[in-house]
Amino acid sequence: MKFDTPAGTNPIDQGRVIGIPHDRIDGPAKVTGTAPYAYERHDAAPNAAYGWIVGSAIARGRIAAMDLRAAESAPGVLGIVTHANAGKLGKGNFNTAPLLGGPQVDHYDQALALVIADTFENARDAARRVRIDYMPQDGKFDLAAERGNAVKPPEGDFGGAPDTAVGDFDGAFARAAVRIDQHYTTPDHSHAMMEPHATTAAWNGDRLTLWTSNQMIAWSVGEMARTLGIAKANVRLVSPYVGGGFGAKLFLRADALLAALGAKQVGRPVKVALARHQIPNNTTHRPATIQRIRIGADKDGVIDAIGHEVWSGDLPGGGPETAAQQTRLLYRGANRMTAHRLATLHLPEGNAMRAPGEAVGLLALEVAMDELAEACGVDPVELRIRNDVQYDPEAGTQRPFSSRKLVECLRAGAERFGWDRRKAKPAQVRDGRWLVGMGMASAFRNNLVGKSGARIGVDATGKVIVETDMTDIGTGSYTIIGQTAAEMLGVPLDRVTVRLGDSRFPESAGSGGQWGANSATAGVYAAAMALRAKLAEKAGYPADQAQFEDGLIRHDNESRTLAALAGREGVWAQDSMDYGDLDKRYAQATFGAHFCEVGVDIDTAEVRIRRMGGAFAAGRILNPKSARSQVIGAMTMGVGAALMESLEVDTRFGFFVNHDMAEYVVPVHADIPPQDVLFIDELDDKSSPMKAKGVGELGICGAGAAVANAIYNATGIRLRDYPLTIDKLLKAQAA
Amino acid sequence: MKAFTYERATSVEAAARAAASVQGARFIAGGTNLLDLMKLQIETPTHLIDVNHLGLDRIEETPDGGLRIGALVRNTDLAADRRVRRDYAVLSRALLAGASGQLRNKATTGGNLLQRTRCPYFYDTRMPCNKRQPGSGCGALQGMSRSLAILGVSDACIAQHPSDMAVAMRLLDSAVDTMDANGARRSIPIADFHLLPGDTPQQETVLKPGEIITSVTLPRPIGGTHVYRKVRDRASYAFALVSVAAVFGKDGTARFAFGGIGAKPWRVEAADAAAGRGAKAVAEAALAGARTTHHNDFKKMLVERTLASVYRQREARA
Repeated sequence: MKFDTPAGTNPIDQGRVIGIPHDRIDGPAKVTGTAPYAYERHDAAPNAAYGWIVGSAIARGRIAAMDLRAAESAPGVLGIVTHANAGKLGKGNFNTAPLLGGPQVDHYDQALALVIADTFENARDAARRVRIDYMPQDGKFDLAAERGNAVKPPEGDFGGAPDTAVGDFDGAFARAAVRIDQHYTTPDHSHAMMEPHATTAAWNGDRLTLWTSNQMIAWSVGEMARTLGIAKANVRLVSPYVGGGFGAKLFLRADALLAALGAKQVGRPVKVALARHQIPNNTTHRPATIQRIRIGADKDGVIDAIGHEVWSGDLPGGGPETAAQQTRLLYRGANRMTAHRLATLHLPEGNAMRAPGEAVGLLALEVAMDELAEACGVDPVELRIRNDVQYDPEAGTQRPFSSRKLVECLRAGAERFGWDRRKAKPAQVRDGRWLVGMGMASAFRNNLVGKSGARIGVDATGKVIVETDMTDIGTGSYTIIGQTAAEMLGVPLDRVTVRLGDSRFPESAGSGGQWGANSATAGVYAAAMALRAKLAEKAGYPADQAQFEDGLIRHDNESRTLAALAGREGVWAQDSMDYGDLDKRYAQATFGAHFCEVGVDIDTAEVRIRRMGGAFAAGRILNPKSARSQVIGAMTMGVGAALMESLEVDTRFGFFVNHDMAEYVVPVHADIPPQDVLFIDELDDKSSPMKAKGVGELGICGAGAAVANAIYNATGIRLRDYPLTIDKLLKAQAA
Repeated sequence: MKAFTYERATSVEAAARAAASVQGARFIAGGTNLLDLMKLQIETPTHLIDVNHLGLDRIEETPDGGLRIGALVRNTDLAADRRVRRDYAVLSRALLAGASGQLRNKATTGGNLLQRTRCPYFYDTRMPCNKRQPGSGCGALQGMSRSLAILGVSDACIAQHPSDMAVAMRLLDSAVDTMDANGARRSIPIADFHLLPGDTPQQETVLKPGEIITSVTLPRPIGGTHVYRKVRDRASYAFALVSVAAVFGKDGTARFAFGGIGAKPWRVEAADAAAGRGAKAVAEAALAGARTTHHNDFKKMLVERTLASVYRQREARA
């Protein structure tokens, strides 16, 4: 099915199952421990041996010698995979450094060997006995020092052109009555999802099966085939349950490749999980940024010039953090420029983490807007309303937004939060030992759509079954896919079985960039339309007039049960939703407004979030319950970015030092107060037949800036160097 | 983890004897720190002596009105003990400021005193660390040292002692009761229990090989207003950047001990003597000889601010 004209009224609009809050249908299996995760597939791959990854002890250089003798003779050892015996390996399109290093070493903790043994403990112990001598090379590890050497990167798959320019930015900025010109920095971030990267691999002849934890099944099948030099048809990837990803599991990583190589070498299934302390340096992270924002406005805060420059670093061949993305679309201004520059850094590779681009771009832009509001004496909410724009401000009026309810979010959010109680002047409110302040920020995240397919059937009991390689990374995919099928076929949700995450199922859009929910359910919609047509034909009813409800197909005064029509064979249909150019003709994005109240300890500068809330417009909200969970989880991650999360770079050794969960701190329950989420009614008929948009990443976008602005309002201290920790607040206070 | 042998000790004497006779033996109690370190091969014991079943899990009143806390009393139980909450509230509060509920259910009184630093260079066996591998150098001194110590440090080591409980124990002038392999008992004032790193940061306490902690004894209650104030990068479940344990007497005297800033739980007499002159004076006295890096120099200011907060809390409660 092709989606190339705006959606009219369709079965989804009935809203009997879609749009109603539902508990997640996979919840009972997860909380009772019966949902098997990748490392636990004893059922599917019995007798698996255990692999342990040996990571590089240097950031850059070459292996001079590897001595495996002590490890090979250690108890229980079955084999050791290294570059010397792995055979010729290709490199995937999505990983920058080889997943198995050697003789060249590209980053700290790059996998250099996999030690395989009969038990986990034996593998881990033997791995310690692998002796590697290195010839280290100097590397570049300091983004601030390399800023001047950064170059314009080639255009990537996401994020558009590195640079954009409209009008005369320099001239307009120079002429502006009010000018903001500030630098902001954000550190490297780790995804820190709960389940580590993990894979169980088994070969049957030349056919490989991977039970793994992965967000993008089809991508990763392709990457594995490319890396091993085998046919895609010989790779099966199974990932029905994923314990969090946040972008860490978009790609094939070392656990999967080395499990496959290990299983080949020892001739039995092998499973590999990364230890927690290996994750920050072995895998990907969100790259640090330096950002410069310049805004020129009239004295009422109406923007005439807006510029956003971003510097980030990556390994050679890597890509930039596209943190200026939102600045291209969020606010008005006839004169505009954005630029991304990329420096070479020999740190572990940077890549996507929840809302790549916007998550850190808004940490800068929305603080700059707060600074502009203060400079103009305009309320921050009002400032954003004044600068709203209903079309792509780079392309002009010929490219309107498909739907844009930023102003509605700002107004409703402010009302609900009690924004009118905020004192514009900082450091005015005291509650016991706390200085109290309020801050806000706009939320913005692009809406991406992707081709997505599904197979759907009805069996002899009238039960509906859906199969797609879509993943559920804790997001609620199972439930919204089940709801979609139930809505389309007129059955209750508990009559739908959803099967996900298997490369034998039709290819979906996968989970990433908040494109999954809308795209994958649209794919199910397409398949369900095909199934409805088949069932109608079987019943002898005209497909466009048949009604599906209560497990029946009806026409005029007649009806048949789906069970009877399905018969013993069942009836199945498969289709996918493909997209035309609606996302070219219309800018598509999701919007919101974050509000936050913080307390800052009068003595110690400890920051506590007291209240947090927001209003969000993201098209049809398919399952308000899981959508809310997505938003509050993302808001929590925004608090982490604002207050505490930072991978600390040791620029001598070239690695992230705080590589465990004790030292890389993320928010805990005690950090997060009850969070209020309001969804603004919106149907986006140009996004998909679901009229939905992504919502999984919107909540992180701007959340941290609202915290930063609240800290400023509480204390009068403006910090632009994230995270906003006690040491920085104290130093700024003392200065 | 290296393969190891395991025995469940049947008496304190037998545990001490076994520990002295087997090279590379370690006691294991709650295991909340040791097991993590073994997995990373920072600790590589050849033999574990389980001391969980020796009857060391009681809290008893001493003849002179103090409290003897068995070495195996869990942090949760100690924090919840009615006598501790009433007479040694600073200890209860310090315990509850540490770790998580699950960890406190396992972690023991003796083990807490022996927990090892959270220095990230100590935790990565590919990095230089004089504490982990004597003579290899200190990765932290010129590296990331934001969380590390500024008092009692040396050129060889700037690791911090991470305990909250031990800070309160230090404040209360506790004594660490031990038995050695010959069955000899001794009582070590907590001030003397932990060693400063000097040139031998690998030696962290005065315990001799085989010597086992049997209990920690608190002297008679000192009354007063008890405060434990811990400042960290998030609201819970993190190690202290700075913590202050304080007891304010009715007569205007006070005593202070500090966590997060010392190579060991930190207390100096001069700080107590400055109590009447307020937070700034106490901080100045406590920080005498402080040695900072550009990552952790904020801790000096934070000590003063945390003390100010402690004084404020005292006033609120008085």
